[in-house]
Amino acid sequence: MQPLESWGRYPPARQAAVSVHWRSDPLPRVHGTLLPFGQGRSYGDCCLNDGGTLLETSRLDRFIEFDQGRGILRCEAGVRIADILALTVPRGWFLPVVPGTQLVSVGGAIANDIHGKNHFRAGTFGRHVRAFELLRSTGERAACSPVENAELFAATIAGLGLTGLVTWAELQLRPVQGPFIDSETVPFRSLDEFFVLDADSSQRFEYTVAWIDLRARGLRGLYFRGDHSARPGKVPRPREPGPFPFDLPGFAVSGPTVAAFNALYYARGRLRSGRKQVRHAPFFFPFDGVGRWNRVYGKRGLLQFQCVVQDRGAVRAMLDRAGSSGVVSSLGVLKTFGEVPSPGMLSFPRPGATLALDFPNEGDETFVLLEALEAIVREAGGALYPAKDARMSPATFAAGYPRLADFERHVDPAFSSSFWRRVRAA
Amino acid sequence: MTRVLVLGATSAIAQQVARLYAARGAALFLVARNEERLAAVADDLRVRGASVDTAIADLDDPARHEDLLARAAPLEVVFLAHGVLGDARETERIAEAAEAVLRTNLLGPVSLLTRAAQRLEAQRGGCIVALSSVAGDRGRASNAVYGASKAGLAAFLSGLRNRLYRAGVRVVTVKPGLVDTPMTAHLAKNPLYSSPGRVARDVVRAVDRGRDVVYTPWWWRLVLFAVRLLPERVFKRLSL
Repeated sequence: MQPLESWGRYPPARQAAVSVHWRSDPLPRVHGTLLPFGQGRSYGDCCLNDGGTLLETSRLDRFIEFDQGRGILRCEAGVRIADILALTVPRGWFLPVVPGTQLVSVGGAIANDIHGKNHFRAGTFGRHVRAFELLRSTGERAACSPVENAELFAATIAGLGLTGLVTWAELQLRPVQGPFIDSETVPFRSLDEFFVLDADSSQRFEYTVAWIDLRARGLRGLYFRGDHSARPGKVPRPREPGPFPFDLPGFAVSGPTVAAFNALYYARGRLRSGRKQVRHAPFFFPFDGVGRWNRVYGKRGLLQFQCVVQDRGAVRAMLDRAGSSGVVSSLGVLKTFGEVPSPGMLSFPRPGATLALDFPNEGDETFVLLEALEAIVREAGGALYPAKDARMSPATFAAGYPRLADFERHVDPAFSSSFWRRVRAA
Repeated sequence: MTRVLVLGATSAIAQQVARLYAARGAALFLVARNEERLAAVADDLRVRGASVDTAIADLDDPARHEDLLARAAPLEVVFLAHGVLGDARETERIAEAAEAVLRTNLLGPVSLLTRAAQRLEAQRGGCIVALSSVAGDRGRASNAVYGASKAGLAAFLSGLRNRLYRAGVRVVTVKPGLVDTPMTAHLAKNPLYSSPGRVARDVVRAVDRGRDVVYTPWWWRLVLFAVRLLPERVFKRLSL
């Protein structure tokens, strides 16, 4: 058993952990505060509770009811996206919104109001949550839905686990013909080219995302777009490799190795550009093939920066700043969000472009760069994504989340997190 | 369609075993004490593809055993998964506490399996699979009573296997090592712990392949082989 850490392995935190085994159980009595912890796939500190207690939900992994006619699934909050898809895809149903990894829990998907590659059509995960039960520290079990306890519902979606423990949730699925995606890969060589491709693709495809490679000589990338396939396929199920077996030393992710990886990845993408039918898992969850890939960054871990801004100039400014810094950006992802309103008081998605960049944790050097990027976002009136954040200032958080005061009224007094204490520091 | 009677169906290992059978569309008969928890497990298994019947019973009460087996009949796979760890400190000092552990882990199972064995013998087929423990391989100061109960169960299963062999009834003894379950929730975890899912895969494979005694994970067989080799005059000085 590993001591609990977030996916970025930064910041370090020491906390107790208690497993919740049954949804009918009361909350444990502990000294200090509680925070639900699902699969630990948040990058920064929103899934940590330094000095407090984590409520591990991985054993709340039971299905409750599946209405196969209407595609309505009720399950416990610790069930993973992967478990749901394994159950429902063979029966012709898919989750309307999936994140970049299927190894997250339903509770985590709600608490961060996650988004996918189809935000401009489907909105966030929370839009497809029909109801859930929230266990509060008073012992109350609040049934929440868009019509019942509607405020608590809106506070809990994207509520970062601070409003109580979600014990179960009911989700609306969408029909699919099978496990396949008709996908197309298009290489591009500049930010302008990306925006042209994106404007066209979002009209014609349900899912879109771009991988970008920041180089001194300018941006290049691969644009991925796709739809659920209506055709029967015969693409075999990929072999499942094991998890990455050990921590690499800190210098493993450095300028030359990243440049080499990116050059290979780009070349492979160009070679395989064009249309083809693929299985849904490699299309949606490309990194799940290697479990625990965060070990590539060593014990110091990584920091991800994900923002949303409306101003394309700000995107360009961030790419320039990150590209010219001494810190290597090991992974870049660019998408656009649409107009579909997000249901949570603290939901991150809003209209604009969303840029995500991974950086190895090089200490101060990385932090200085993150501060510079954060300043660009604040200037542009954008927001940072708490699920990915370990560094943003209280001022940036408050500026990016105007409904913060509404939300705060619904926080359960027995619940807190490292993230919450950091961004609410006076 | 496989029929599986699960005794102690809300135990962490039993839930995982039942899921593997549910994925095969098995017919499950689940027995446990806590109504709310049993319902949660039964619902989960139905969604996963099983047809499920349930009975609420305290398996420490032998008066219920005959009725339960009659309701679950005809038997095919009988999986006995219930048990308690007991508080070692308490069982050292209070004889009644030690007795309670033996009742749950040994007397109840012997009563249940004696009755199940008669039915299977009459049917001339089927399989009994029960959870013993590596703790039964050698008595240790830290869990003498628990170890004794699991050693007793292992010996009983061995005898049962011997007796039922000619009737075509198989008996599988499963000896898990340290497993991360509610039973061990209060103990600090280390890399020797396995997940209930891992143990469950080994249980189902052992039934499928008709094994006699399985350690899970397999390397516990080597560990216990070494532990059994230690002479008692050395062993008694150790604090394992």
